[in-house]
This record gives sequence, structure tokens and C-alpha cells, in this order.
Amino acid sequence: MHENYEILIVGGGHGGAQAAAALRQNKFTGSIAIVSEEPDLPYERPPLSKEYLAREKEFERILLRPAKFWIEKEIVMMLSRRVVSVDPNPRRVTTENGTEIGYRALIWATGGTPRQLICSGHNLSGVHAVRTRGDVDRLMSELENVTRAVVIGGGYIGLEAAAVLTKLGKHVAVLEAAPRVLARVAGEPLSRFFEAEHRAHGVDVRLGVTVECIEERDGAACGVRLADGDIIDCEMVIVGIGITPAVAPLIAAGAAGENGVDVDEHCRTSLPDIYAIGDCAAHYNSYADGARVRLESVQNANDQATTVAKAITGTPLPYRAVPWFWSNQYDLKLQTVGISTGHDATVLRGDPATRAFSVVYLKRGKVIALDCVNTVRDYVQGRALVTNGAAPPKDRLADSSMPLKDLAAAVAD
Amino acid sequence: MPKLLVTIRDGDEIVIDGEFGVSVMEIIREGGVDELAAICGGCCSCATCHVFVDEKFSDMLPPMSEDENDLLDGSDHRRSNSRLSCQIPFSNELDGMRIEIAPED
Repeated sequence: MHENYEILIVGGGHGGAQAAAALRQNKFTGSIAIVSEEPDLPYERPPLSKEYLAREKEFERILLRPAKFWIEKEIVMMLSRRVVSVDPNPRRVTTENGTEIGYRALIWATGGTPRQLICSGHNLSGVHAVRTRGDVDRLMSELENVTRAVVIGGGYIGLEAAAVLTKLGKHVAVLEAAPRVLARVAGEPLSRFFEAEHRAHGVDVRLGVTVECIEERDGAACGVRLADGDIIDCEMVIVGIGITPAVAPLIAAGAAGENGVDVDEHCRTSLPDIYAIGDCAAHYNSYADGARVRLESVQNANDQATTVAKAITGTPLPYRAVPWFWSNQYDLKLQTVGISTGHDATVLRGDPATRAFSVVYLKRGKVIALDCVNTVRDYVQGRALVTNGAAPPKDRLADSSMPLKDLAAAVAD
Repeated sequence: MPKLLVTIRDGDEIVIDGEFGVSVMEIIREGGVDELAAICGGCCSCATCHVFVDEKFSDMLPPMSEDENDLLDGSDHRRSNSRLSCQIPFSNELDGMRIEIAPED
């Protein structure tokens, strides 16, 4: 005898929570359960490196739904339970403590686990990741005794954490292995802008540096040693070097996938009645020139959750959502639409010195993405350029007095 | 307890207890209306908490920022009484305000 649900969702983040809610919105009346390794009800992750870390919002204010929602919608929450294996025949998962849970359809929404350093000292007290509420609560509980923090990794998480810690009065260094911050996700003009902003706020941004190890004193981190021998003293290290998709049980069960788990346009994996969504789902994205990609964003988790709900309730609609993303640092609001990976040209629109500008990414003359800093209008109007594959002349794109909506219909010669 | 009267997309009206110091978006979400996506969590970075506000209360609402105005421009369903509910802090004067969840874009 074991528990059995029509829909079993593994993972209680944005994707898992939205999948359950969307199933009910689509009038699904069968049993639904969410198994999550976290002890908390589903909450918003983006504030963990922003308002929550800054203590501007308490945890209750970042819950995705009030506790009573899950009860009213008859969505069973199985918290603090980690799924360690999946058996597609018979349809069943097993948790760490040996409990078996059966399903008719399985939705895998586990996201990823923060990549760890492998050098000595990587697991010392005082070394933190920023992925879960637990991570951030541990970090915050130590902050009082921290005057200097080192952030390893100049991606969005690292830069957002650096901005908050700086505002809290800490001395912050950001270490990035690449020659510029945000190298994996944005073009050079944006990287240079954010580097300058952080430096202007007093952050010690170091580029092209390699971490040798974390230095220890009395069992805790006390500094970061670089390959060139330099040591940066600190009381706290924050590691933001990306995530590893949490798909091991699915791959072990035979699902296809090399970077995450492969899914089709309805988020179906290669295993029967097993779907995957969110950060861990490698899908063909029409906004990535048809390439198979994983997108680590709330938008993607949310929209793929809706895609799965529609597939399961018999109203399938292929996943074609326009990717969008945001990041807040200091008083800067960055908004991204499209996917800039693979661009072969960038156009700078507006002057970064005014702290309001956009970077337009093109591929073979067509607009594929925009990064908009404090320019909501470009973000809103630029969406049509991305969805249309508009190909405006570069000089007109660069002219910030020309509204982007007037360029949305421009086609390639 | 101050109230918000929320018309959801199927036309039903739900009465929700208001709470001072938080946004109308948070009150709607706390009230269990799950069709208000509010994907960015209230930082004025998307337009998925779009609502139509009873015109009688227009004068009591905080003025619209340029960002909010631009985001609403991206909606196919914008009306003269459109607002992003995350940008309206709930206050005493808004007791009894009627709002309607805008259609999904």
C-alpha cells in the first residue's frame, strides 16, 4: 500500500506551484500532490537576492499563494521530502526515506542545485549559496558579524547580492573568472555598465581572476586566495556560479538529456507521462533560433507549467512564450526580452552615462533580444521587434528619439 | 475590516479583507485569487497584475509612474481605468473599492 496521485509534481518552486494551480484553473479535478525537498510552501525565488535579503520583505510576503490556497484547491503538499528515484513502470517515485508514491502523470520541476566550488575550503562555515530560503536565512543570520564579503561569480545572482550587501554597509568584492561580468547572458556594453555601477558603489570588481581556495581560520572562511597569490580578507563568501539541473533520478530512469532533461514542445520527456518544466527542462526554443536550451527564469518556469497543464487537460498548446527576465540592482531596473545568445551584432540605444539605455541584439540583421536599463518603454515596445523578427536599420535602432514601435514592422531587405 | 471587491474573469465578485501597508496585488493574491499572475512579485517589471479600477476611486490612487504607464501600454486590454495592482498601496480611503482582473494578454 502506498500513496498514489493522478498528478505528482516533484519540486515546489515557481514551476511546480504554477503547474498545480494551472491544472485547477484548467478544471482538472483529479488528485494532485507536490513533493518538495524544501520545508516551506512555494515562494518567490527572485526576492531572495533582493528584497528578502535586504529585509525589506518578510517571508510571508513572498509566498506565491497563501497557505489556505493549497488546502482549498486540494493540492497535497509533501514538504521536506526529496525524490531519489523514478520508476516509470510501475509509475512510482521513491523518496530519500524510502516512501513510494505512485502517479498517473509526473511533472518534474526540480530546478537546479547551486554549483559548488571544488577548491579547498569550499564547504567552510561562512560560505553560502543563494538558491533557497534556507540558504539565505543562514547567510542573513551571520551578516551582523560581517564587514567584508566576497562574492564569487559575476552573474545576476552574485551582482544582486553584491548590491544588497553594499547597501547594508558591507565591503564587497566580486570575483569573476571571465573578462567581464554577465558574460554568459549579456553583451559587452551591459557588462561594462554594471561593472562601472558596482565600482561606483564601492564594490571591488575583479575580472579574469581564478579562485585558488577559501582561506580558513577557526573552522570558518576568512578570505579568498586567488591564483596570483593575492588574498582578499573577508568574513563571508557568497558563491553564485550557476546551477546544475537536478535531473539525476530522471536520467537514471532512462530519460534523454545531456544538459538537464530533454522535452518536446509540450514539455514531455522521452519517458511515458513524465513531463519536465523550468530551469531543468532542455527544450527547443523558437527564440533561440530553434536551438535546444535551458532557460533559468521565472517566466519560463511559469509558462512551461501552463503548457503542461494544458497538455494534461486535453487542450494542448505548444510552448512558444516570449522569454523575458528582470534584475534589480541599486536603483537600476534591467528588463530583458528575447534570448541574446548567438547574436552577431549589438546596437547601443541611448547613453549609458544617463543610466537609461538599451542594448539591442541582432542576428543576421534581425532583432533577437533587448536588454533595457531603466527604459521600460524600450522593453515594452521592443517585444514586438523580437516576436516579428524585425530587421530595422542599425542607425534607426540607435536613435533613442525614435520609438521602437515605429520599427516593429521593418523587414529584412 | 476594510474590504476590496474583486471581480474575477468569470464575472463573479469576491470580497477580500484589505490590509494596510501592502499592495492591492498582495491583497488579491492573499485573498486566493489565483488568476492574477503577478509574475515579477510586485517590482513593476511586468504587467501581469493588471486590473481595472472603479473610476470613483481614481482620485484616491497614487499617480501612475512612467514605468507603470509604459508597461500598461504593452497590454492589449488597456482602458482608461487600467492600473498595475502592485503599484497601489492599500489605504483607508480605498475601503470598498471595486476592481476587476483584466483579461490575460
